[in-house]
Amino acid sequence: MPFATAGLGQQFLDSFKFMGNNTSHLLHDTLSTIALSAAALGVALAVTLPIAVWLGHLHRGAGLAIRTANLGRALPELALISIFLAVLGLGFLNVMIALVIVGIPPILANAFTAVDGVDPDVVDAARGMGMSELAILFKIELPNALPLMFAGIRTSALFIIGASPLAAIAGGGGLGEIIVNQASYGFDGVLAAAIWVAALALLVQGLFVLLQRAITPEGLKAQARMRGGKIVVGVGDAERAMEATPSQA
Amino acid sequence: MHLLIAAGAPVIPNFGGASDKCAVNNGFFCWNWFTQHWGSTFGPAVVQHIVLTVIAVGIGFVIAFALALLAYRFSVLETPISGISSFLYTIPSLALFQILVPFTGLTRLTVEIALVSYTLLLLFRNIITGLREVPEDVRDAARGMGLTQRQILLRIDLPLAVPAIFAGLRVATVTTISLATVAAFVVDEGLGAPIFDAISRSGFKTEFVAAAALAILLAWVADFLLVALQRLVAPWAAKRRSSLVPRSVVRAIRGRRRPISAVREA
Repeated sequence: MPFATAGLGQQFLDSFKFMGNNTSHLLHDTLSTIALSAAALGVALAVTLPIAVWLGHLHRGAGLAIRTANLGRALPELALISIFLAVLGLGFLNVMIALVIVGIPPILANAFTAVDGVDPDVVDAARGMGMSELAILFKIELPNALPLMFAGIRTSALFIIGASPLAAIAGGGGLGEIIVNQASYGFDGVLAAAIWVAALALLVQGLFVLLQRAITPEGLKAQARMRGGKIVVGVGDAERAMEATPSQA
Repeated sequence: MHLLIAAGAPVIPNFGGASDKCAVNNGFFCWNWFTQHWGSTFGPAVVQHIVLTVIAVGIGFVIAFALALLAYRFSVLETPISGISSFLYTIPSLALFQILVPFTGLTRLTVEIALVSYTLLLLFRNIITGLREVPEDVRDAARGMGLTQRQILLRIDLPLAVPAIFAGLRVATVTTISLATVAAFVVDEGLGAPIFDAISRSGFKTEFVAAAALAILLAWVADFLLVALQRLVAPWAAKRRSSLVPRSVVRAIRGRRRPISAVREA
């Protein structure tokens, strides 16, 4: 079907025609992809964030946190989904668990590294002023750790949306449903859905970048400006954070 | 409409082991069936998977290394390069594979282009950061000893960047192994192929589990091998990494040094 039947431009033209004819269908699937991804991100956050932040506060379990994150990172999404396919069969639960597992490593690594790496002098000063441990955590460590922590959440969202089309093979629905179903939607449908998923992923990343800028405390921004550096933490930095501490396979 | 129905109500073809009770009952993992099909299905799939990964990481490394050297020399280029590679990295794998099909067809080339484009960000960022993090004092000392720009790059910057480069290689390799399973949507190769076979045809659990477990195992083994290789290539890095001084302390000391040098410059 590639070059033989239709020219390059024709294939993309057809896919745009498909978008025009099936807009409501695509929108519906986009919404379910968003809902699924958001739910998975929410569960991953709820499970991981408290543990990672608390470990970071205690400066304990660096090896454990980073190693778990690295091992988790090595789990292929498709492999997870297919193993759960064997255990749980088709359905929402299967897809959900797989996406949550995909989303956990960046949150774990970044939240831990961020809280663990807060300037010890600042924490000492707060302790000297008589702040309680909880106050230190919420008023000192978390605001300072926020940008790097948020970068982890952003990477996690990226991984989850990246894996979400694969969810369709386990009955997760969404845009992936069209992509894996060339037999009924034709290649123009597949291409259209692929373009929509790509656009969705880019859009979400863009939104997260804006959000990250908005939630970064003013003090940190001012500090960064003074040093002439930038605090905008990208995907690459999140990946590096996962490797920041010793990890003996 | 639903090619997935087969998975719901498994119709088990004769997997060459009709006498095998486990296979007939579609058990979670049938060791006998697995060993019987190692030679015909799983062995070749593992080899294909390794080939796909090695080619992708190899080409990706060459491109990213060249780009990083370029961006290291001309720092204006860093932002556009990392922007473009972030863009590629953001596109979901399944989507990128399909978007490339009109250009390069259902071929191995399509798969490799996609896989290489996913390695670029990880490798580029790590290499450039590794080079940038070389302390200026060390570079000054080298310059003072009369080393040329090229010698500084080859003898000072690159060796000191080795840990960061390996960190990038590890993440890139593991990511590629993970994404190469998706390649089976485009070509019938790698460990994704048995998974797709199981999804679209048989719904046979052992096929799912075996291929998935092999993919995970492959990723872990590759990561372990890269760590070992790094120890071999750069033994000093391992020593520094397992330092007894907590990182927070190291950072605090580094942080204090900054104001002093600032005063000196002023």
